[in-house]
Formats: sequence, structure tokens, C-alpha cells
Amino acid sequence: MSKVTLSDLLPLLPEIILIIGAILILMYGVFSSREKARLNEIAMGFSLALILLIFSMTILSWSSGSIESELFDGAFVLDMFSSFVKCLILFSSFFCLLMSVDLFKSEELSNFEYPVLILFSTAGMMMVVSSGNFISLYMGMEIQSLSLYILASIQRESLRSTEAGLKYFVLGALASGMSLYGISLIYGFTGSTNFSAISRLASEFHAPDEASLGLVFGLIFLLAGLAFKISAAPFHMWTPDVYMGAPTPVTFLFATASKITSIAVLIRLTMSVFPVMILQWQQILIFLSLCSMILGSFSAIGQNNIKRLVAYSSIGHAGFILLGLSAGSQAGLIGVLVYMSIYTFMALGIFSCILAMRRGGEAVESINTLSGIAKHEPMFAFLFATLLFSLAGIPPLLGFFAKFYVLLAAVGSHLYGLALVAVLSSVVSAFYYLRIVKIMYFDEANQESFDPISSIIHVILLISGGISLFGFAFPRPFMYIVKTVVLSFL
Amino acid sequence: MHDFYPHNVERVSVLLVAFQSVLILVSLLVLIAFLLYADRKVWAAVQLRRGPNVVGPFGLLQSFADLLKFALKEPVIPSGANKFVFLLAPLVMSISALSAWAVIPFSEGWVISDLNVGILYIFAMSSLGVYGVILGGWASNSKYAFLGALRSAAQMVSYEVSIGLVIISVLLCVGSLNLTEIIQAQRTGLAVWLGLPWLSFLNWFWLPLFPLFIIFFISALSETNRPPFDLPEAESELVAGFMVEYSSTPYLLFMLGEYVAIVMMCALTTILFLGGWLPLLDIAPLNWVPGIVWFILKLWLVFFMFAIVKAFVPRYRYDQLMRLGWKVFLPLSLLMLFIVAGVRQYMLLPA
Amino acid sequence: MNLFSAFFYLFSTLTVASASMVVFSRNPVHSTLFLVLSFFNVAGLFVLLGAEFLAMTLILVYVGAVSVLFLFIVMMLDINFVKLNEGFMSYLPIGACVMGVLLIELFIAFGAWKGFPNAYNLLQAPIEEHLSNTEALGRVLYTRYVYHFQSAGLILLIAMIGAIVLTLRHKPGVLRQVVADQIARCPETSVEIRKVKSGQGI
Repeated sequence: MSKVTLSDLLPLLPEIILIIGAILILMYGVFSSREKARLNEIAMGFSLALILLIFSMTILSWSSGSIESELFDGAFVLDMFSSFVKCLILFSSFFCLLMSVDLFKSEELSNFEYPVLILFSTAGMMMVVSSGNFISLYMGMEIQSLSLYILASIQRESLRSTEAGLKYFVLGALASGMSLYGISLIYGFTGSTNFSAISRLASEFHAPDEASLGLVFGLIFLLAGLAFKISAAPFHMWTPDVYMGAPTPVTFLFATASKITSIAVLIRLTMSVFPVMILQWQQILIFLSLCSMILGSFSAIGQNNIKRLVAYSSIGHAGFILLGLSAGSQAGLIGVLVYMSIYTFMALGIFSCILAMRRGGEAVESINTLSGIAKHEPMFAFLFATLLFSLAGIPPLLGFFAKFYVLLAAVGSHLYGLALVAVLSSVVSAFYYLRIVKIMYFDEANQESFDPISSIIHVILLISGGISLFGFAFPRPFMYIVKTVVLSFL
Repeated sequence: MHDFYPHNVERVSVLLVAFQSVLILVSLLVLIAFLLYADRKVWAAVQLRRGPNVVGPFGLLQSFADLLKFALKEPVIPSGANKFVFLLAPLVMSISALSAWAVIPFSEGWVISDLNVGILYIFAMSSLGVYGVILGGWASNSKYAFLGALRSAAQMVSYEVSIGLVIISVLLCVGSLNLTEIIQAQRTGLAVWLGLPWLSFLNWFWLPLFPLFIIFFISALSETNRPPFDLPEAESELVAGFMVEYSSTPYLLFMLGEYVAIVMMCALTTILFLGGWLPLLDIAPLNWVPGIVWFILKLWLVFFMFAIVKAFVPRYRYDQLMRLGWKVFLPLSLLMLFIVAGVRQYMLLPA
Repeated sequence: MNLFSAFFYLFSTLTVASASMVVFSRNPVHSTLFLVLSFFNVAGLFVLLGAEFLAMTLILVYVGAVSVLFLFIVMMLDINFVKLNEGFMSYLPIGACVMGVLLIELFIAFGAWKGFPNAYNLLQAPIEEHLSNTEALGRVLYTRYVYHFQSAGLILLIAMIGAIVLTLRHKPGVLRQVVADQIARCPETSVEIRKVKSGQGI
């Protein structure tokens, strides 16, 4: 093979910078003095800057438009699709770090490894999104999930955080075991781990009606492993406990970046590696989507802890995303990308609201603590309510458009029954979103107001609420980007 | 796969290999009997004692008397012990130590199996010795034995890391994992560069890799649980460590395994750093001496250093031991690995 | 049947047998020992395939280090074997059902085995004649698979960070060895000589 020079590694630059930056921060933390608090702030600022840097860089390289490239015999693929998803991931890790700044100030988090691990997991996610063969896919997945296991239990003095980490670890190990088994079956049947080679082989030798059974088995195991990562029912068992126990910014990362990553892999596998096996994977996705939507909407009703509620709601949203994917069409893909982007913005707002719920220096998570909060904190209550309406999918808020595009795609692919279930479960889920609004606005105010909300959270809330409110007015540039991405991908 | 087996696999009959193995085993065990005696004599001399001097002339048969004593005693197995594992442990220890000798080249071509991954094989076999220790400690069902076993296992695993890195550095200089080639690579070196090829002891790796030689020697002491790192059997704290419940033949096997491993490490030091069977000076009377003589002389020299250290140095405390392994040797050997690799890559010197 | 296949059957039978003993043996220490045994046999299979580097590394890493740590942990756990096996019988029927279904599925899958025609050719990665397999491995590992190799290293680094983050506690009052301080001590700073009159203390 020809010699690789340093300039050939240019497409890998964002990941390289993230990883080297993380290692530098780590070394700085290890060798600097023990004055922890100040150290943390420095490290935080540093890593924020880093992520920002990468963010702009990816956008730049992406906007240049001519970056389709493969490295290491196709192990690393950079195309428009992966750049788009990477931007979303970087966006959410950036805000995750930003949200954590307050926790560091109140000393609930005090490890300098925290930003390092976030950088590592982000790099892992980006590697997953760019992976062009199964080995790099698995490696990236492990980098991502190992860092996330640690992040979930990073508040090691807290019982809930430890439990969250352990549960996530054990079930996550099971999931990667399943994926790995699936991968090995696929490798055994096709003789290659490379996506493009597998795709070529599958289309050459695969008759739609008579599937190669081994390949189907492999695909099922792989999809099950991925469904675990995006917390689609019936692989969702870990979600509520882990979401509740992990520090809130980390939960945000679970709900957005980690999910987006696995969905991107799902998209790549279904739409570009195994498009010929649509009959096989469509069934699985439809089943997952149905289960998630129904379970997400009904189980959330009884929840009293806001983080658990968000966990179930995120299961439901995963169902909607899978609905778009199971359409298996161009419109479906557009729907999925739109949904993921909008959901990231909404989740950002919701999680900052959860972070703002503090009384007497302690975080409160029960929904009842919100009762009558509208009288004390009108701005907070308004933004929270907007976001909840948006999550419920009430027009003309942004969340409506997310669901709209997905449903449109489902109907376009003649999945009428599935679309009907989606609409119904959306109605059910509106109930518990609106219940919170009712508690905030119409219940007796029996408690004092929250602690003053920090400026960072305020800004994030305003951004997220503003986008949810007024985003519908300016859809054109965003839709243009999404369409370009999808057209270049398919 | 052809290069993994001895080159003349068709002609070498199984019988011949068996005969060679028996020959090596017997001579090794006899050698060890006298090394044990030498060990005690050296120790005694440092302490101004006379050492074993009763059995045979100058006490030369002392080891054989000990052997008889151990073999004829009744083995005691504690009632709470896990009998199978209890008896398995000494076997594992001695067999793993003995089996490593299959790839040692005593002289040019004098080797049972000339594996092309010989050094890895030795390293793997010597890392198995830890099983004997930990299983023996656990199966004895005694807290002293168990504590000794835990200490020892942690110690051996820790020092294996730096031994591994040292070996990698040597391998970088050689470019092969084959033990014969490691020795052949020491035919050229500094002396040849200086234009004085007869000063062949300057060619050996101990000089260019001197820090690694020291690290390897000290790590070898720790890996074989020799003083000053004999914490697993620290008499003052743990009675006799993992061997506390053992008696007669099982005990003998433990002792045997330990000494075989020690001599193994001496042989490995000889091969890696002291030029194996190569003569000290490449001049007329000396290079007529057969290689095996040189090999055994060097082996004795290293063993003498082992014995002297035992007599001179007081025992380490456990945290000091761990600190030395992880915080001094590991970074040092890693650094040396980088340096050696850098020199090899950019200066193109043969080590 | 030649020597090669005799050894193949020996190693593979022992691997499978000891692997199932890992699952079925009641004492976790015995399980770990069977695990070691199966590693050994797998190493034997590697040797038969001519992959002696892999065989030795398997023994070195998995037997020499990883399993030792397994043993360490398993031995230090205070496990009540009776209690451990308590739920076994009640879960047995369900477990047996699941196992049965999976087994049948497996049979169906492999009964209808239809690999792609040229899969076998793709799976092969012949090495050049004159290379030993250590060298051959090194050549692809540091060129073609360097990306995977480095990411594997990253995974190990993260695991290490995780272990330290989750377990390291700086307890107050723990004395740590500072070699420089130890060496800097001299008789003047650490020994005080006094004349003590007999019959009186200091």
C-alpha cells in the first residue's frame, strides 16, 4: 500500500484534535497542584474552547462541500451525512459541558476527568458516525460507551449515580456483546468487515424474497444492540434508572449525542449497507418503533420524577425517529434528520429547566415541586411550558414539524397503521406534558420559589425556547441543508 | 507454519526429543542441587559462618540429603484444604518452570526446540509460576498462606510489566524473537565498531542497554521472589507465606520450582545481556572453549549476583516494592524503550 | 488421521469441555481455573494454525495476567455457594425454554447456511512466505490497521482513567513514601544524643 502522509489524515483532524486535547487536559490535571476547584474551572474553559473550535472547524470543512473521503482502506469515511451528524453531536456535547459549569461551581462534580471523559466520548461518537467498517464501528462504540459508563457514575458518593453507572455498564456490555455477535455472523457470511464491500456483496447475491439466513441473523443481533443504545423498547429497561441517577448534563448527553450516534449508525446500516434487505430490517424497525411509542407514552403517565418522565419521553421520541427510518425512503431520512436536530434543541431546553429546579442549594426532581411556580418565576414557567408544548408536538411549535415530517414519510411508504399508532400515542403523551403545564400554572403555590437561576442556564433556556417558538418561521436554510445531506447520502 | 517447528522436524524422531529433554532435566536438576549448596555457602560466607559442611566432603551432598529428607517424610494435607488444588499448585509451579527450558540454547544449535517466538514462550511460562503461588495460598485455607499468595501474585504481575518492556527493547535491537538469533546479534556491536573485534564482551547488550540490564536484574529478583523481595514468604510476618501449610514432597516441588525459575532467569539474563554462549574474549585459547562452558560460567556469575544480593540487602516493605515497580521501573523501562526505538529508527545503528 | 488432526480434536474437545465447566462448576475458583485451561487449549489451536505469536500472547496476557486478576477477585469474594445456587432451580424451566428456542434457531440458521460464494476467498489473508507471522502481524497492524490499533489503545486509556476516577480516594493521614526526603535525612537532623544519668529518665 502507498505511504500515508500527515496531510492525508486531514479528514480525521477533528477527532485527532479532540483526543490530543483531552489527553493534554488530563496530563495538566494529573501534574498540576491539588487545588481542585480552580483547576476544574480552567479545564472546563479549556475544553469548552476546544469543542467550540472543532464545531466551527467541522462546519467549515463541511460547507466547503468537497470532503468526501475515505481513510485506512475505508475504515474511516467522511461524507456530508457524517459531517452533519457530527455537528449535532458536537453541538450537544458543547452544551452538555456548558450546563455542567454550574454543577462544578456548586461542587457537585469535582473531578477534572469529567471534561476529559466528555471529550473522549465525543471523539468516540464521531468515530462511530464516520466508521466505514465493522471494526472501527465497534471500537468507536466502545470508546463512547466506556466513557459514558464512567460519566454516569462519576458522582461516586451518590448511591443513585453509582447504581446508574453499574446498570448502564452491565446492560451496555450485554448490548455490545450482541452487536459483536451479529457483526461476527455478518463477517462470517460475507467475508468482509468493510461496509462498501458488504453492501456490494449483499446486492450481488441477495434475492429479496430469499434472504441469506445468516445475514438476517447477524443483522437482527446488530440491530438489537443498537436498539439498546437508542433505548428503543423492548431494550429500554435501563433508561429510567440511568437517566435519573446520572448527573443531569450527562443525562442530556445520553438523550441526545449518544442516541444520535446510534441512529446515525442505524441509518448507515439500513440505507447504505443493506438497502436490499429492506423487507427484513423494516419489520424489526416497525416493531421497535411501535413498542417504543406505546411504551413511551403510557409509562410516562405515572411518573412523578421529572428525570424519569423525560426518560420515558425520550423512549417515545426514539420510537418516532425509528418510524421515520422504517419508512426506508428519502422522505423518511429527511424526517429522521429533522427530528434528531429538533429533538436536540428541545432536550437542551428541557434539561436546562431540570437543572434550574433547585431549592436551598439542592436539586429537586419531583414534579410536585413545580406547583404554582408560574407565580414566582413567570419567565421560567413560560419557557418550560413552551418546550413541553413543543415536545408534545403542538403546532406551530417546532416539535410539531419534527413529527409532521416523520409521519409524512410513514404515510408515503404506506405504513398507515404505524402512522395511526404514532398519532394516537402522541395524543396520549400530550396528556402528561400538559399535566406539568397545569401543575405549573393552575396548582396552589405551596412552596417558595427556586434558587436564582444562573445566567448560563438562562441563556441556554432562552436559546432553546426561542428556537422552539420561532423556529417554524425560518425553515428554509435548515431544510436546504438537510435535503442536500440526504441527496448526497442516498 | 513451517518456521515454527524445528527445521528438521521430519528427521528428528520423537524419541530423540524425549532423550534430549531427559538429559537436560537431569543435568539441570543436578546443577540446581549444587547451586542451592553454593547459594547457602555464599550466604554463610557473607555472615562469617561456615554453612553446610557435614554431609559429604565440604558438605557437597547437603542438597541430596535435603532431597531425601523431603521425599521420605509424610505429606500433610490440612483438613480444610481444597485437596485437588492444594496438590495441583506445586505441580504447576515446578512444571511451568521446567518447561521453559525447552527453548534455551546452551550452545550453538544445542536447543530442544528452536522456536521463532522463543522469548515469548519463556516469558509466558515464567508468568505461569504465579499460579502455583496463588493456588497454593488459596487452597491451604489459611490466612497467612492466603495473604502471602495475594502479595506474591500482585508482586509478580507488577514486575512482569517492566520485564516485558525490557525484553521488548532488546528485541528491537535484535529484530527477532528467536533466542539463538538474539545471541547471534551480540556477535557484532561496540567492539566491532571500535575496531577491536576481539574484545567481544563489549559487543554484548549489557553495555549499550546498561540501565535495562539493571532493571531486568532487579525485576528478575522480584519475579522469582528472591530477597530483598521475598515478601510472599516473609518469615517475620507471614511465617512462610503461601508455603506455610506445605510439607515433604509438595514443599520440595515448590522449592524446586522456585530455584528452577531463578536459574531460568539467570539463563535469560545471560542470553539477553551477556551474549549467551559467546566467549568472553575472541582470542585463541578462549574461543576454543566450547560454548556450553561459557554459557554455564555466565549463568553461575549471574547466580552469584543473586546469592550476594540475598546476603547483602534487607527486605523491602510492601509499599516500597510496589512503588519501585510501578513508579520507577515502569516509566524508566518505557522511556528506554522509546530511546531504543528512536535510535533504531533514526540513527540506524545496530543497537 | 494424522498427528495434526489428532491434536486438533484433542485441543478443541478440551476447549469446549473446559469452557462448559466454567459455566457449570459450582466453585467460582474452579470456574476460573477451567477458564485458564480453555485458554491454554485455544493457544494450542493457534499453534496448530501456525499463529504461534497469537498463541504465546494469549497465554501471556490472558493466562499470565488477566486470569490471575480474576482469581484474585474471585478468591477474595465471600460467596455463599448455597445461596448462589438458590434461585437456580426456579429459573431452570424458563432458562431451559430460552435455551431450547435459541438452540433450535441456531440449528435452523446453520442448517440453511449459505455463505456468499466468494466469502472464503475474502476471508483469506495469506502472508508472504519468508515472513514469520510475528513480522507479518506487525506489518499490517502498524499500517493498514493503525486506526483500529490506536483506537484500541484509546479504549484501554479510558478504562484506566475510569478505574482511577471511580476508586482513587485521597484519604487524609496516609503517609506516602518520598524517596528524596528519605535520602535527605542525615544524622544531625534525625538523631539526638543525650547523656542519661542512671536511675533517671529523659
